[in-house]
Amino acid sequence: MAGYRTPLGRARGLGAAKSGVGHFIAERASSVALIPLVLWAVWAALSLAGGGYDDAQAWLRSPINAGLLVLLALAGFFHMQLGMRVIIEDYIARHSTRTVLLLANLFFCWGAGVLTVLAILKVALGGGAN
Amino acid sequence: MANATPGAKARPLSPHAQVWRWHVTMAASILNRATGAALYGGAIILMGWALSLASGPVAYDNYMGLLGSIPGKVVMFGLTLSVFYHLFAGLRHLAWDSGKGFAPATANQTAWAALIGSGVASVAVWVLAGFMGKL
Repeated sequence: MAGYRTPLGRARGLGAAKSGVGHFIAERASSVALIPLVLWAVWAALSLAGGGYDDAQAWLRSPINAGLLVLLALAGFFHMQLGMRVIIEDYIARHSTRTVLLLANLFFCWGAGVLTVLAILKVALGGGAN
Repeated sequence: MANATPGAKARPLSPHAQVWRWHVTMAASILNRATGAALYGGAIILMGWALSLASGPVAYDNYMGLLGSIPGKVVMFGLTLSVFYHLFAGLRHLAWDSGKGFAPATANQTAWAALIGSGVASVAVWVLAGFMGKL
């Protein structure tokens, strides 16, 4: 039976994998969150530029600044993991190399994201004075 | 796939960059991916900032000195361009996702708008930084 079906017919019979849409929506949802966050971040960078340690510490002790910066880091590292994943999947055909790079990307984004959030919280919660 | 049918004529492969005339929507698409990759570096710069601030005044002053040096400023200006370009290109994508903006003339216009807009916004931010005495 299956031998008479065209490749397209077989693919249609299998249907979609139904897993890609989660990635698509996650990338869009995080991009919407990043629109206001990134505009705020440009303003924040402008206010912090040229300032010293005490200014930055005082700035980050404001719960609004600390909260927005944590949200920026979470949405940013999440979004960039998704984006770099697509780049790797597009250009790296060899299965073993692709697997290693996808894992490296995933672990790097989680590791860097956790470190960034912890460093922000340490200062924001008052531990930054050494 | 290439050897799926023995004896069949070789089929043309997908067109590659060197056989396409450059057009603005193509450049806009490639730049969106390139700036996304650049912002990966931007996130690392943000991580470095948070870690240096958590490490104390000496580390923070060193880090801010690095960002404020001439090479540091060049990198930060590139980061500003990347932020605004990726933002504007992302807005194009969100419009496309809602089914709008696919007509070739519209796509060309929004591509130019994203390219020129990101340059204008970046220069405006740095001019503002100059007026605020941050440079």
